Amino acid sequence: MNIFSIFNRRASAPVARERLQVLLAHERASIGQTDLVAVLREEILAVIAKHVSVEPDNLRIRMERGDQMSTLEVEVDIPKAARVRLALTG
Amino acid sequence: MAKVLVVTSGKGGVGKTTSTAALGAALAQMGQNVAVVDFDVGLRNLDLVMGAERRVVYDVVNVIQGEAKLAQALIRDKRLDNLALLPASQTRDKDALTEDGVARVIDELRQKFDWIICDSPAGIERGATLAMRHADVAVVVTNPEVSSVRDSDRIIGLLDSKTLRAERGERMEKHLLITRYDRIRAERGDMLKTDDVLEILSIPLLGIVPESQDVLRASNIGQPVTVSGPDSPAGRAYAEAARRLKGEALPVSVPGERAGFFGKLFGRRAA
Repeated sequence: MNIFSIFNRRASAPVARERLQVLLAHERASIGQTDLVAVLREEILAVIAKHVSVEPDNLRIRMERGDQMSTLEVEVDIPKAARVRLALTG
Repeated sequence: MAKVLVVTSGKGGVGKTTSTAALGAALAQMGQNVAVVDFDVGLRNLDLVMGAERRVVYDVVNVIQGEAKLAQALIRDKRLDNLALLPASQTRDKDALTEDGVARVIDELRQKFDWIICDSPAGIERGATLAMRHADVAVVVTNPEVSSVRDSDRIIGLLDSKTLRAERGERMEKHLLITRYDRIRAERGDMLKTDDVLEILSIPLLGIVPESQDVLRASNIGQPVTVSGPDSPAGRAYAEAARRLKGEALPVSVPGERAGFFGKLFGRRAA
């Protein structure tokens, strides 16, 4: 180690602070998001169940958060028998 | 009115048990009636840190399962009359704690004491959530180090969602206790500063406990540091934290010596 490296070495605490700020901003959003997705999932299932019977496993929800725009993706598999009934009543 | 306080952190090894013993003893030294409760079922240690390990007969699981009365399980501290310990079970696992059982024990403790201090196990599992469940006040113990701060952030989220108070829509009082603080390292830029941790976690500061020999010595001899070293920097930090819990508005001082000019300049080489 020479005399210059003593002065040049960057203190590590500011690095820790920056990394934590970025990480926690992300984690706080994603943990809140898990709850939101769970709530949406239950309510969407309840609405669909009024008209078509759907197994809970056949409903998939995904949420992606971006800086400009967030998307909510809902995918429901409706079994064949249910679809026939839907066509008849609809 | 009795206050239930949980000492929690998420991460293990940051000083929850030491802080529970020290804050409990400090409040008792101020004349309050205090019970400290070990929730770390299977890995009890509060008894050892408080020097009561050879006096444990019954534990919290025995009380919950009706095998002993609360009064039989409580161990009165040898030095402080108004301090009692309810130990955890060493042989059972955490599933022995039931939600109803814990509620009953806490209610009974509320009748007898001014403060009930719950020492939470590490983690975010059942034991930790049960320890915080009935709390009115939380002390989040954090080391100025990345993994501890991250886990504290997670625990703060749980305090705001999984406690009875949060579910009733009431305010959960939360305080940050920074332990193992090394002022010289922080000033040199090699350790997160108090302000950094405060800014990231944004809960009010209860105190700063320095990394110190006195804390290690206290647990070696089985005495809370406010008893074994009331004039040591760590002992003073805990005593002041206890006064703040009682509502006193004391300014928080940063313990330890400042790094001098030459220390800042040349200390890095040694670190």
